[in-house]
Amino acid sequence: MKNILKPILLLAIFTTISFSSNASEQSKKLLNLEWSFKGFFGKFDRASLQRGYQVYAEVCSACHSMKYLSYRNLAEAGGPEFSEEQAKVIASQYEVTDGPNNDGEMFTRPARLSDNFVGSFANEEEAKAANGGSYPPDMSVLVKARKGDANYIYSLLLGYDDPPSDFTLDEGVYYNTFMSGNKIKMAKPLSESLVQYSDGTPATEEQMAKDVTTFLAWAAEPHLEARHKLGFRTVTYLIIITILVYFSMKKVWSRIETEV
Amino acid sequence: MSDQKKTKRRDFIFTASYTLGAVGVGTAVWPLIDQMNPDASVKALSSTEVDLSSVQPGQSITVLWRGKPVFIKRRTEEEIAKAKQVDLKELKHPEKDEDRAKNPEWLVMLGICTHLGCVPLGNKGEYGGWFCPCHGSHYDTSGRIRKGPAPTNLEIPKYEFVDNNTIKIG
Amino acid sequence: MSDQNYTPKSKLGKWFNDRLPLLTLRAHLTDYPTPKNLNYWWTFGAILTFFLIAQIITGIILAMHYIAHADLAFESVEHIMRNVNYGWLIRYFHANGSSMFFLAVYIHIFRSLYYGSHKSPREVIWVIGMIIYFLMMCTAFMGYVLPWGQMSFWAATVITNLFSAVPLVGESITNWLWGGFAVGSPTLTRFYSLHYLFPFLIFGLVILHIWALHIPGNNNPIGIDVKQPSKDTVPFHPYIVLKDLFALLVFLLLFAFFVFYSPNLLGHPDNYIEANPLVTPNHIVPEWYLLPFYAILRSIPNKLLGVIAMFASIFVLVILPWLDTSKVRSAIFRPLYKQFFWFLVADVIILGYMGAMPAEGIYLLVARVATGYYFVHFLIILPILGYKEKTLDIPLSITDPILENSTNQSLAKEQINKK
Repeated sequence: MKNILKPILLLAIFTTISFSSNASEQSKKLLNLEWSFKGFFGKFDRASLQRGYQVYAEVCSACHSMKYLSYRNLAEAGGPEFSEEQAKVIASQYEVTDGPNNDGEMFTRPARLSDNFVGSFANEEEAKAANGGSYPPDMSVLVKARKGDANYIYSLLLGYDDPPSDFTLDEGVYYNTFMSGNKIKMAKPLSESLVQYSDGTPATEEQMAKDVTTFLAWAAEPHLEARHKLGFRTVTYLIIITILVYFSMKKVWSRIETEV
Repeated sequence: MSDQKKTKRRDFIFTASYTLGAVGVGTAVWPLIDQMNPDASVKALSSTEVDLSSVQPGQSITVLWRGKPVFIKRRTEEEIAKAKQVDLKELKHPEKDEDRAKNPEWLVMLGICTHLGCVPLGNKGEYGGWFCPCHGSHYDTSGRIRKGPAPTNLEIPKYEFVDNNTIKIG
Repeated sequence: MSDQNYTPKSKLGKWFNDRLPLLTLRAHLTDYPTPKNLNYWWTFGAILTFFLIAQIITGIILAMHYIAHADLAFESVEHIMRNVNYGWLIRYFHANGSSMFFLAVYIHIFRSLYYGSHKSPREVIWVIGMIIYFLMMCTAFMGYVLPWGQMSFWAATVITNLFSAVPLVGESITNWLWGGFAVGSPTLTRFYSLHYLFPFLIFGLVILHIWALHIPGNNNPIGIDVKQPSKDTVPFHPYIVLKDLFALLVFLLLFAFFVFYSPNLLGHPDNYIEANPLVTPNHIVPEWYLLPFYAILRSIPNKLLGVIAMFASIFVLVILPWLDTSKVRSAIFRPLYKQFFWFLVADVIILGYMGAMPAEGIYLLVARVATGYYFVHFLIILPILGYKEKTLDIPLSITDPILENSTNQSLAKEQINKK
């Protein structure tokens, strides 16, 4: 009986696996980094997060908004953990529109910790107009919104290359190995020493890509460290209580087995 | 003998399971309760700045801070004098006017009756200060409770003058 | 049943029980005679009850923070994830909880199929169960729309468009469903309202499901009726309670892995992009638990027939007790049915996989064959099998095979198979 069942199930599983591996081979394999925030005890690298914020602020933020983050997040536990003073200084460099005041007029003031990140464009249409008709996506949850998450962002940043000779590109379109269709409207954003890291880390392209990806991964999942910590406690607890309940159950059922 | 031992071990396992189970359920309930507490974005809205340049002596403005009304009153000399004259022994909740208004010209307090949370009316009541229409509490020109059911004086929030014309509450 | 004669010991208890017999109910539930040979596949009823209640609680909490408006829904979900105390935990619990709920329900259903729990005298339990299952799918689908990401929006568009297949009034129906000329804010708000309502309907049906179960009592792996309650059954408490609890805890370990370490594994990245009515994602897929039905829908090249086939695939389950003509319940004693059971399992897995693949070429071909087989299994194989199959000898009582040979049940089963 079972001799027939096993092959059937194995066949079903095998077809499933072979089909799925086929599907993933369609695009080029992503670069794979050992991210510090992956795994059961994964945590963000604070220094990398702080450098990553610098890259975001000096490079990406020219086009990409991050509307779901606020400046206070920069000082919160589990994030870049700037001091509250540093975060206040960062916030005060941006202008937000507030109001209306007593005369019914809107006014601008320096941003406070409670304000959300200020974007470069007033709305999506303005962003499109300034970027050749394509909208630079908001980066708040970008890492979670892409297949391959951090590896994808990292790969894309380093994936710019000269197009093959038979490949034609329109004006304002660039060749990227990891973009689907290999055409991307974002010009290569990173170049050697584009930013100057205050901690003296050499600003190579790889370093900047890694730092900014780490920062974006945190932005998409700001409670990741709390989650991993609580997860460890929960799993430990569940294992202990499961063992206890198992023995309780055995004890109780032993009454039956002897009595019958 | 061995039977007794067995019973003891059984009891231990049951007690341990029950205890740990209760601890687990208790801990798991906490996030379900804590989620109703003020969230991070609400807590961050701690301060608000108010421009006072247009407030004349005797006038009062009401601004919103953390979802609550704040009275900012520019008191006249007369009102200040009246507030200072009061004998502390007469008060239900004795506080000096100097302690309530650091800059005597400006009285800043939460516009919430300490009885049950209604907003008192200005320039009303038997003591020339505020009067709460809900249950008839009378406050004086320093916002101290003088008559009625309210137990304490109107609360003073944390505030500071950023410059002569701007006050930061919170 | 013996507990009918229950009288509370205390005077107050008796006074209250005469007016509302809650204590009798409690006594019935604790003493409920349960076949003692139930295996772990029978623990999923308790697991499902836990998840239904847990989903309702976390859902009510999320509703305290969520805003059902097209302009604010996505933002409010981000607000829950970032700002609300433990909001991330509660949302990941709710999102992954639905997957666990379906995983458990599929195991529960296939357990029924294997051991013949849908057969006389338990047809009503089965039919109520299928209504619950259908409502679960509706609830899950509407819940998936609420975050208002790209997948939410386009899932809502595609599924509501199923109704446009109805001749003559199709367009009127879709406009009625949408509250507009496309999926939009009114659609979102009504889905939210129904998503909140349906779990309580399910809860009510679960009570009926359990009530109906307690009339004939549980089926069991051997599939024969209880002969001597004193020998064949154990009281529900503490025996089954502890067993269910143990199984639940093991299941929660799996759940914890998803919630804490891979909370987005079962989701789709595109749902973290805010809904955009101007752009459809390249490849839209429903949640994994709806994939087999999605594959059936797509494998029929005609719009109306595809929709009919999809609903028929669920309806065929409802009438299953009358399609499965065999008098023998458990597959243990049905050598041929046992094979076809596993064929069906494989078929549904293949359908699920094809539902996730683009509907073209080899995938479409396989999906069509699998869809055909699905209906053949229920409409042709099962009725015929009941008459043609030579079943094995059935033991006299639940206790007998265990006592005669060994306390180890699997050994007993093998001996039965050898006969």
